[in-house]
Amino acid sequence: MSVDLPGQYSLIAPRPVAHGHHDGSAADGDALFGFWIYIMTDCVLFACLFATFAVLRHNVADGPTGRDIFDLPYVITETFCLLISSVTYGFASLALYRNASRQVLSWLAVTFLFGFVFITMEVTEFHHLVTVGFGPARSAFLSGFFTLVGTHGLHVTLGLVWMAVMMVQVARGGLGGSARRRLSNLGVFWHFLDIVWICVFTIVYLMGTV
Amino acid sequence: MLGKLSLSAIPFDQPIIMGAVAFMALSGAAIVGGVTYAGKWKWLWTEYLTSVDHKKIGIMYILVALIMLLRGFVDAVMMRTQLALSYGSNQGYLPPHHYDQVFSAHGVIMIFFVAMPFVIGLMNIVVPLQIGARDVAFPFMNSVSLWLTISGAALVNLSLFLGVFAMTGWTAYPPLSELTYSPDVGVDYYIWALQIAGVGSLLTGINFFVTIIKKRAPSMKMMHMPIFCWTALCTNILILGAFPILTATLAMLALDRYVGTHFFTNTAGGEPMLYVNLFWAWGHPEVYILILPAFGVFSEVTATFSGKRLFGYTSMVWATMAITVLSYMVWLHHFFTMGAGADVNTAFGIATMVIAVPTGVKIFNWLFTMYRGRVRFTTPMMWTIGFLVTFTIGGMSGVLMSVPGADFLLHNSLFLIAHFHNVIIGGVLFGSFAGLAYWFPKATGFTLDERIGKAAFWCWLVGFYVAFMPLYVLGFMGMTRRLNHYDNPDWRPWLVLAAVGTAIIALGIFFQLLQIVVSIRDREKNRDLTGDPWNGRSLEWATTSPPPFYNFAEIPVVTGRDAFATAKEQGGSTRGAAFHDIHMPRNTAAGLFVGGFSLVLGFALIWHIWWMAVAAGLGIFVTLLLRAADGNTDYYVPAAVVAQIEQGHS
Repeated sequence: MSVDLPGQYSLIAPRPVAHGHHDGSAADGDALFGFWIYIMTDCVLFACLFATFAVLRHNVADGPTGRDIFDLPYVITETFCLLISSVTYGFASLALYRNASRQVLSWLAVTFLFGFVFITMEVTEFHHLVTVGFGPARSAFLSGFFTLVGTHGLHVTLGLVWMAVMMVQVARGGLGGSARRRLSNLGVFWHFLDIVWICVFTIVYLMGTV
Repeated sequence: MLGKLSLSAIPFDQPIIMGAVAFMALSGAAIVGGVTYAGKWKWLWTEYLTSVDHKKIGIMYILVALIMLLRGFVDAVMMRTQLALSYGSNQGYLPPHHYDQVFSAHGVIMIFFVAMPFVIGLMNIVVPLQIGARDVAFPFMNSVSLWLTISGAALVNLSLFLGVFAMTGWTAYPPLSELTYSPDVGVDYYIWALQIAGVGSLLTGINFFVTIIKKRAPSMKMMHMPIFCWTALCTNILILGAFPILTATLAMLALDRYVGTHFFTNTAGGEPMLYVNLFWAWGHPEVYILILPAFGVFSEVTATFSGKRLFGYTSMVWATMAITVLSYMVWLHHFFTMGAGADVNTAFGIATMVIAVPTGVKIFNWLFTMYRGRVRFTTPMMWTIGFLVTFTIGGMSGVLMSVPGADFLLHNSLFLIAHFHNVIIGGVLFGSFAGLAYWFPKATGFTLDERIGKAAFWCWLVGFYVAFMPLYVLGFMGMTRRLNHYDNPDWRPWLVLAAVGTAIIALGIFFQLLQIVVSIRDREKNRDLTGDPWNGRSLEWATTSPPPFYNFAEIPVVTGRDAFATAKEQGGSTRGAAFHDIHMPRNTAAGLFVGGFSLVLGFALIWHIWWMAVAAGLGIFVTLLLRAADGNTDYYVPAAVVAQIEQGHS
């Protein structure tokens, strides 16, 4: 080992610094940061679908317009299911900070329920539209509608699957290990889908009806 | 049971294709046989296939790029020989439907499976070392990225044997790429190969962005980073912003073809030009995704081999940032002929010209770095000087086309082909070759043969000019791209000349392969024992060649730019001698399985084998679930083991 003279610049600190190994919390921080970055890319994906919808929304090809097919009270019910599920996920996060794993589990279950009602209502709406002949192949407007709303629905479905997996993990292993990090990430994902839905509700349903 | 797949999908009646398939099957068998004969399967499995080490992953990326370069180059040779022959009454040897697949495959392969894996491979090998990190932020995800890229490449190669590839050109514009006009599986191969590889690239983007922001040695500030890290950072920002657009666009094209939606059809309100806009909103950032890391390589190479600090570091950083932002604002210049109007075209034309300014700044920085330096003309430096001249010419022809009026004449002519080959070969490819020669000793522990490397360089340089300068002329003579036959006698000599150029490039590729073989044979003679064969300036040269799997026994302390060069000049120590336990990730086969299932998923979707698609999707899900449930994904290397490894090297 060479001894550094004073004034020399060396790549090695004269005495060991407390850099250490990346402990759990630092790695968790990186993962949460990485997940935020993923959310940003998902934002770009949705932006494309919104832009596509905006370009195609008047291309109804003699088929129905938004005003003909959107049932606003129904969609508002759907919307509130998702908004409430975001609030209840917030309660799950608060319980997570208190390390109360049973409360986390119950709030996750409530969130799952509201999310499930939301997705069931969306599938019902889609099913109804397809059976009356207004499926995604009817016009460019409907292609854009089904794809934008359906992509959001697909995200919610994946979120539900993830939530179910997390409930199993918390029930079996409590809030230790990776559970905390994953629940934080799922929270970011879930609230993000809420924000996207507010845009969907405004741009697709409200602006399509009025 | 097997969807659209039947024995008739194998093109038995096409001798050229069957020959290629036989060649690929034989090469594959030779590799499998060779590994079995050498008894190296276990080694291959533990050291490479299941590795999450960024250096190993980088090597595998570059191997993919080199193999696919050969495939893409064969396509190029076929096109150039076809056009040298098929004049007048001679129809050449490639019927139109085959020729169309060749040029489509050539573009897709060269962009997605040569240029992308090459620059991502270089980033993998170099970035963590340059920032003094032990690995990337998410080593497992890195392995997933690699295997998704490989499965995309495998799908493209599979199309040779089963069915057809797209006949639409590499951009797959609708309505031609819609089911009505492309009813076969070609476009589906295109869609799923790109989707799968694209997800891999997106994950790489997330991974390297987080790595550079979060994993730098604690003492290293952003403005201490080598320029290659800056360009890698900007490339990954571009990936994050651009690749989701590609994903969405291809998904919509897929829906048009699979579900019957009307996004890009010319019926029921579809807008084909919407696809073109979206495609280039990804596609233009994509060209900067490729060229920025090459700029980074040239910056490192120029400073090292001029024996000087890089001139204008700060301006280099800002120029890179400016290019990153501007690259999102110019997509419309790919289709001025859409007719968006004089005002829109002018705005995009000016934005395009403005990009030349930060790029010009870079060119001058490299020149001033060399000015009054002691320039050593090694192979990486030769590629760099070749780039400076070639890329400047290509850049000027690009500025020429950014004038909308001129572009109306040159759009889709061979002038355009000449332009983008001029910048992609002269920029991205020369940059990748420079990076390969420069960092090869770091990755493998021995240097490449310099004499053969220089022969390869001269063949490539001369071959490039002979092959592509005629295309500029042909563009002015009115020859459009993607022709497989012509009657104009004035074009003939230029096309023959271009074919000669291709032959010279072929010689260059031969020398490159020879260089690798000879260098491996002479590896004991060319060992890099110091870890610093070029008298380098940045941290990757501070560790051994190849570095231990944890990169640095002790994370370096960085207080300025060119930290390693400064430490060497002042005689300070560059390697630690006090050892600690090191936290490292374990190998895993999960990435390999995700890639394998993705390949099956893509294949099933292409051939409409729905049960197989569901099974493969479940396979991916279960693999990820098992991986998530695995609590044993990392471990500590004891200080004693680190000490043993380090003392073995010194």
